Amino acid sequence: MTIMSLSNSLDIYLILGALMFGMGMYGMVQRRTLIGMLIAAELVLCGASINFMAFNRFLAPDPTVGQIFTLFIMGIAAAEAAIALSIIIAVYRNYRSVETEDVVELKG
Amino acid sequence: MVSVYTAEGLSELVFLAVIGVTVLGAVIATNSVRLIRAVTGLALCFIGVAGIYYYLNSPFVAMMEMLIYVGAVCVTIAFAIMLADPDPGERPGGSGLLAGGASFLVGVLFFWGLTALAAMTPWAAAPAKLNNGSMLEIGTSLLTTYSMVFELISVVLLVAIIGALVLGRPGRGLGGRES
Repeated sequence: MTIMSLSNSLDIYLILGALMFGMGMYGMVQRRTLIGMLIAAELVLCGASINFMAFNRFLAPDPTVGQIFTLFIMGIAAAEAAIALSIIIAVYRNYRSVETEDVVELKG
Repeated sequence: MVSVYTAEGLSELVFLAVIGVTVLGAVIATNSVRLIRAVTGLALCFIGVAGIYYYLNSPFVAMMEMLIYVGAVCVTIAFAIMLADPDPGERPGGSGLLAGGASFLVGVLFFWGLTALAAMTPWAAAPAKLNNGSMLEIGTSLLTTYSMVFELISVVLLVAIIGALVLGRPGRGLGGRES
C-alpha cells in the first residue's frame, strides 16, 4: 500500500491556500451578520498566511522572512479582530442587531 | 510513492488528516447557520493550519497560531457573540438563494483562478538557503533587520486595544439606551 508524498510539494499548499481564500470570499458575501463576515475575513487572512509560509519553505533564500511576515499577519489579524468586534458591539448597542440588512440608516 | 508502513508514509497520512481537519473546519465556519458553531469550526480550521505550519518546518509559527488564533481570536469572537446575541436563524428573505448561489460562484472563481495561476507558473527555487529558519534565526532577524517593524506592530496592537476599549465602553449619557 503506497501513498503520494504530498507534504513535500509546493502545489498542495498553494491549492490549500487558494481554497481557504475562496471559502473566505464565499463566506464574506454569503453571511448576513457582521460576526460571520469577520469569521470569513479571518479565513482569508489564514489563506494568505499559508501562501507566505509555503513560498518561505520552498522558494525563499532566507527562510525566516516568511515566518516573520506570518507573525506580523497574526498581529494585524488580532488587532483587526479586536477593533471589528468592538465596532460590532457598538453597532449592536445602537441598532439591537448585528445583521447587515438592519444597519441601513445611511441608505437614504 | 512511499509505503504507508514507514515513518514517511505515516507522516503523509497525518498530513492528509491535517488537511482534512482544515477543510472541514473551514466548511463548518462558512456554512453553519448558528454563529457559535461557525466559531468552533474556525477554531478547528486554525488547529489544522497549525499542523500545516508544522509540516512547513515552522514549529514556532505553529505554536503562535495555536496561541493567538485558537486561544485569543476565537475566544474574543465567542465573547462578542455572547454579548451581541445575534439572531440564530436565517431570516426568510427573497434574495437568499440568489445571494447564496452568487457568493458560491465568486468563491469558486477565486479558487479556480488562483489554482490555475499556481499550476501555470514555473516556480524557481532559490539557489542557496542563507540559514535554516530555526527559532534562533527568527529571533535574530526580528531584533536586527525587522526591529522597526516589530516595534511598529506593537504600537499598532496597543492603539487597537485602546481603540477597542474606547469603542466598547458605553458613551457618556448614551449608555442607558435600552429597548
